[in-house]
Amino acid sequence: MKIKPNIAVSDSGFVFNPDTGESFTVNPIGVDIINYLKDNKNTGEISTQIRQKYNVEQPTFEKDFDDFVGLMLNYSLVIND
Amino acid sequence: MTKKRKLTIAVSGLNAVDSPGPGVAVIRALREAESFDVRIIGIAYESLEPGIFMHNLVDKTYQFPYPSAGVDAILERLEYIHSIEKLDVFIPNFDSELYPFIKLEDTLKEMGIHMFLPTMEQFEERHKVNLNEFGEKYGINVPKSKAIHDLGAIYSISSEFTYPVLVKGKYYDAAVAYNMEQVKTHFNKISAKWGYPIIIQEFVHGTEFNVTGLGDGFGNTIAAVPMRKQYITDKGKAWGGISISDKRMLELTDKFLSQTKWRGGFELELMKNKENEFYLLEINPRMPAWIYLAVGVGQNIPEALVKLALGEKVEPFTSYKVGKMFVRYAWDMIVDMEEFQIISTRGEL
Repeated sequence: MKIKPNIAVSDSGFVFNPDTGESFTVNPIGVDIINYLKDNKNTGEISTQIRQKYNVEQPTFEKDFDDFVGLMLNYSLVIND
Repeated sequence: MTKKRKLTIAVSGLNAVDSPGPGVAVIRALREAESFDVRIIGIAYESLEPGIFMHNLVDKTYQFPYPSAGVDAILERLEYIHSIEKLDVFIPNFDSELYPFIKLEDTLKEMGIHMFLPTMEQFEERHKVNLNEFGEKYGINVPKSKAIHDLGAIYSISSEFTYPVLVKGKYYDAAVAYNMEQVKTHFNKISAKWGYPIIIQEFVHGTEFNVTGLGDGFGNTIAAVPMRKQYITDKGKAWGGISISDKRMLELTDKFLSQTKWRGGFELELMKNKENEFYLLEINPRMPAWIYLAVGVGQNIPEALVKLALGEKVEPFTSYKVGKMFVRYAWDMIVDMEEFQIISTRGEL
């Protein structure tokens, strides 16, 4: 899964899709996840980074990550490999 | 520093109700043109059109006969204005003006007044009434539409369409109807204002997008800027929007221009459904009220249109800034009664 290359995300969590004109706000964890996806990190690497930084259990991360990615897929912000 | 030439350009559409005319935005664009300076002659139909009183934008305004007055009345008034102002270019900004002005284009050219309008065939072909045929001919998705000329014909709608449907006027106005009674109400209201036919159109659920642009009449895209409506009034007009980079919208625009060889400014009204398919709802044969966004993102379409009208070569715009927004606002001007009196009684200000 990859984030679309033209998706813009600011440090404050404002996400803009220039193809559709849609904009969203995400929290700091969302910003981190999007930036990790932009850096082509895989799910395992993202999991490690987020769990270390935010002290999250693996099952909690997996559930929230799946929800977040599902939303991004729904809004055409990411594409499956 | 070289001095820019000065052009005298007449512009209509100075009104600014909740469905504003494009005139003021077009004038702002012309004032920012890099290749010429302008003297702007406002063309007004009502004495309370705000552009009349915007003296920083409009140098002089003349009241003008409504298009329904006929070609002769329009020509007579234009001859009078031209005898004083020596117009170089005329930019009509209302759909309803286009029919008489397309008819008058050659006559005005002989007088030295240049325009850059679609041909009569292009103007008629893209009409709401002919949208089905247009979609079929050019392979573009359009919602099913039917022109209704009398109230008796609306009873077939229930078997031909699924509610809700859009009830649209020939030139302006549209309303959503969820049942036959509402169709009747909207039919009567819109036909009383704009005449017949009334167009019944399949309602496409989705997100509204627009493209404005300019075709050179030979199938080339001179300019194209797609926009997503962000804030929509109860009349369906964009009160805020953002420039976007959707390639499919630009491809659709290129297809529209290359196949129709459209001549002039235009606005495509599009709806994207849940399946991400674009439907072409309307083709407006003139620049839209939000045309200044195109200027703001790097494509001064009114300036390019003026140059094409004068027979000059214009290189196509190749890029624009994505993610620029327009946010419209209303502004109360304080106007001396005397000015209102002058435009009302003398027909010019």
